[in-house]
Amino acid sequence: MKCGVVLLPGSNCDHDVYHVLKHSLGQEVVYLWHQEDSLQGCELVVVPGGFSYGDYLRAGALAAVSPILGAVRRHAEAGGLVLGICNGFQILLEAALLPGAMLRNQSLRFLCQDVYLRVERQDLPFTHRYRRGQVLRLPIAHAEGNYTAPAPILDQLEAEGGVVFRYVSPAGELEAEWNVNGSARAIAGICNRGGNVLGMMPHPERAAEELLGGSDGLALFESALESAHLALGLAS
Amino acid sequence: MKARVTVFPRPEVLDPQGKAVREALLRLGHAEVADLRAGKCFDLELATEDHELARRELAEMCERLLANPLVERYEIQLG
Repeated sequence: MKCGVVLLPGSNCDHDVYHVLKHSLGQEVVYLWHQEDSLQGCELVVVPGGFSYGDYLRAGALAAVSPILGAVRRHAEAGGLVLGICNGFQILLEAALLPGAMLRNQSLRFLCQDVYLRVERQDLPFTHRYRRGQVLRLPIAHAEGNYTAPAPILDQLEAEGGVVFRYVSPAGELEAEWNVNGSARAIAGICNRGGNVLGMMPHPERAAEELLGGSDGLALFESALESAHLALGLAS
Repeated sequence: MKARVTVFPRPEVLDPQGKAVREALLRLGHAEVADLRAGKCFDLELATEDHELARRELAEMCERLLANPLVERYEIQLG
């Protein structure tokens, strides 16, 4: 399957994603430069982490209006799979492909550590290889991952099943001390109504093989690839 | 026409930059600084003299890019 990794000036997790998709999972992967306005037929598009455009204005704000994001938007609106990780999540928020915004971490510190996530939806293209309630250990590395939105938007998000991952304790319990960046309702990852657009602050690509200290992230990519294959099968 | 757009974090939103600057001013002996919010300022030169059009365009620029209305407030001044 053809996968695309968006490359913005300041992206720095692009090769990690490329490595997982190409070398661990054997897929065709292309980079999609920010000034292009076509996805070159990619079925899965990943907006990786980094500091796109130097985080000028607001994290993700300038990337959200770059030409490639126009193509990502069309892909998302057509039901195509889009995954935004860390800065990629911030970009999807700024592009309004997902609801909400990011604030500085409550501690005001850049956080680079492992976190525990509870899988709240296992019926999505990106999560069907997980179990509902399963606890994953993935790394985070961000200064602005404190997810926020007005209460009515949060309520709507919850009601529509948009919360995909929450920060929890290793035992899977919601506890303030494990919600390390202070996110509203311990939200670590959300999806759109169709479930085909996922944004998350933790890095599944940095925990996709045991050599890296954990492989809990691999199933997310496997899920997405399998879903895209199924969608192709149904379409043909 | 000249225009100035100022963008500030909403009052309920944490402003770590403003907090850090205030603490530095306190260290310099400015004990009277009870509060400080740090924002951004954009000076624009618009190729129009139509105030109504300018306001409309600037509001759209703020809503779409210059500010994130979920967490920031903006103010438009025409010069």
